[in-house]
Amino acid sequence: MSGFFDLPSDLQHSWLGLIGLHLREALLPVLAGLLVSLPIAQLCVRFRWLYAPVLGLTTVLYAIPSLAFFVVLIDYTGQTELTVMIPLAVYSLVVLVPAIVDGVRSVPQETLAAATAMGFGPVRRYVQVQLPIAVPAIIAGLRVATVSSISLVSVGMLIGNQGALGNLLNDANIYHRPELAVNSVVTTAALAILADAALVLVRRLLTPWMPHGTRRRAPAEAADAAEAGPEPAVPALEDTVR
Amino acid sequence: MTSHPKNSRSSTRLTGAAAVALATVAALVTGCSSSSDNTSDNPLTGGGASGDGVVVGSNNFAESILLADIYGEALKAKGIKVTYKPNIGSRETTYGLLKNGSITVLPEYNGALLAYLDKKAAPKTVEATTAAINSKLDPNLTLLQPAPAQDKDSVTVNAETAKKYHLTGQSSIADLKDAAKDLVFGGSPEFQARQQGLLGLKSVYGLQFKSFKALDAGGPLTQEALKKNTVQVADVFTTDPTIAKEKFVVLQDPKNLFGFENVQPLVRKGKLSQKGVDALNAVSAKLDTATLLDLDTQVQAQKKDPLDVAKAWLKSAGLG
Amino acid sequence: MNVLHFVNAFFSDSAHWHGYDGIPTRLIQHIRYCLIALVLAAAIGLPVGLVTGHYGRGGNALAFIATAGRALPSFGLLVLMTIMVGFGLVPVMVPLVVLAVPPILVTSYESVRSVDPSPVDAARGMGMQESRILFQVELPVALPLILSGLRSGAIQIVSTATIAAYVGIGGLGRYVIDGLYQRDYEKVVGGATLVAALALATLAVFWAVARCTVSPGVRRSG
Repeated sequence: MSGFFDLPSDLQHSWLGLIGLHLREALLPVLAGLLVSLPIAQLCVRFRWLYAPVLGLTTVLYAIPSLAFFVVLIDYTGQTELTVMIPLAVYSLVVLVPAIVDGVRSVPQETLAAATAMGFGPVRRYVQVQLPIAVPAIIAGLRVATVSSISLVSVGMLIGNQGALGNLLNDANIYHRPELAVNSVVTTAALAILADAALVLVRRLLTPWMPHGTRRRAPAEAADAAEAGPEPAVPALEDTVR
Repeated sequence: MTSHPKNSRSSTRLTGAAAVALATVAALVTGCSSSSDNTSDNPLTGGGASGDGVVVGSNNFAESILLADIYGEALKAKGIKVTYKPNIGSRETTYGLLKNGSITVLPEYNGALLAYLDKKAAPKTVEATTAAINSKLDPNLTLLQPAPAQDKDSVTVNAETAKKYHLTGQSSIADLKDAAKDLVFGGSPEFQARQQGLLGLKSVYGLQFKSFKALDAGGPLTQEALKKNTVQVADVFTTDPTIAKEKFVVLQDPKNLFGFENVQPLVRKGKLSQKGVDALNAVSAKLDTATLLDLDTQVQAQKKDPLDVAKAWLKSAGLG
Repeated sequence: MNVLHFVNAFFSDSAHWHGYDGIPTRLIQHIRYCLIALVLAAAIGLPVGLVTGHYGRGGNALAFIATAGRALPSFGLLVLMTIMVGFGLVPVMVPLVVLAVPPILVTSYESVRSVDPSPVDAARGMGMQESRILFQVELPVALPLILSGLRSGAIQIVSTATIAAYVGIGGLGRYVIDGLYQRDYEKVVGGATLVAALALATLAVFWAVARCTVSPGVRRSG
């Protein structure tokens, strides 16, 4: 057993099984983070004074290293996937809340006034006007959160085989099989790039009014990180990539 | 931007995308949880899972995983339902998981376990060691029969250091007394805080090393650091195939700090049937140090899968 | 379990204040790794980002490099490098630099590109050389954004350097990893507190640097 895809039995998963596990451990927290950050961001838009303390709090939480976060949680949630997923959800908040706040705030006052004039109530205005216009910023935040989440899952290996593809790293060590570590790194990176590309695609679908493809040459579609027109949040987001 | 047709279009798009996203998430949750339910056992729900089966855990080094596979497969051969929870971490962690019932069976080493439970104990025989452990053990846990196979922690120097201080296989740990202040010791992070570790080396042999470098439990980091002379002395397991390969010198332990290190199953009471107990005792009866070294070599040097090695040995020993 | 209690116990234990495993030693080690990694990352990211930003070309390629860099898992890279290169500082530096280059690269590119073109045209009209335009016109305006890129790179390095302890390296991560294996929560929480404090101190340093170096005119308009 020395093939690239011959995984040691103690991982208890096939290569594809580990990929599924990895995606689950990485994406569910981001989704949870999105669901929680939408109302938080709305509150911050509503009550401006709230934004600074919220930002401060998330920054402090973000400064806690992931491993320490995992270890402290073991006492409450055991050596489980949940222990890995909770910190990842918290980290994604740090990226998503400012992204959504900036996105929603970037909606021009006239647009809001027009919506109000057309008889939109606050809820309808939020769902049909503010959110769609904020989509590019939200997706930009999601991309950052997703990629870093996929990368961080690997650290879960340290708390007893909870790191999905990261578990390969320990086995590479104890069985002297470097190819397992290569497998782990390459597969994880590929997952991150594919997830990123998928989110770019989602943005294209959600924002049909935005110009794209005309200004640039066709290739590098997946990699138009900082360039895709009005994406105000991107440079600011660089602050919060982990 | 706010004209009606455009709005409704973008909102249908939104709903569509949301539906796709939801479907994906649902697939992730259901699809993958079914594959992980029967494999990675959740300690929180561990009570339920281990009610009708046995959870065999292991520490985070190759030999422990191998021994867990041997125990698990021996139990399976007797028709007992087994799930594995491999590679958990150090004894400090696994002992807690046994206590709270998350795992049922764990391969242990009697001397190290005793030192963990009682820093001062220094029994003279294997039987006395078992008795001493049983008196200190959590009431929910019990030890089965020890195997003759031993795998000790050791104070091991690399060839360079051995030459410099004229150390041979006959030298004692005590012979490091004068040199220790110039030497860096390498071992697992937990070794630093253990009686059968840095604490004992100081209290029993009076050794105070220049510094301690936390590496891994006798694994590749330790071997590499010792080979490259990043550390001059290290804790290497005595069944490690690299000792012979790299001409490391294992020092004698006349004061018996590392005691007996027989492989011995530690189990949670009431979770393992008599049939299971008999199966594990039968394994212990056949497992001696030479066998263990051979099996370790197959896994660590010949890169065979531990589960295959475990199954093959059980079969050859008439236990599979 | 009270986290604050652990923090207090950790810092009031005098044994934690001296020797090779003392807080000063571990803190200095951690800062040293971070500084080396940040300098290396800046040496790669800044020139490339500034020059491409100045000429306004290669944005797609840069974005792709940045995405790829972010996609590489730091922890995996750390273990892989340790297996390949062996024990030492190199395997620790590679993931930290890979981690910090993308934000530095992207922000420096963006910052120069987003400079108002009219002063740049004016400078060109006055016959300034391209290098002088970059350093004397574009750079001062772009500085706040460049600093923010460096800052986020630095924060990520400080926090991620913790995992280097897994491959036997020193630094504050030592407390977290040792605490994990020794079941010593005091160490874990103490180590985490130190890392978080160092990250916040890094923020403060960058804030101070920005105050001292960004020209008042730019600050007002920004």
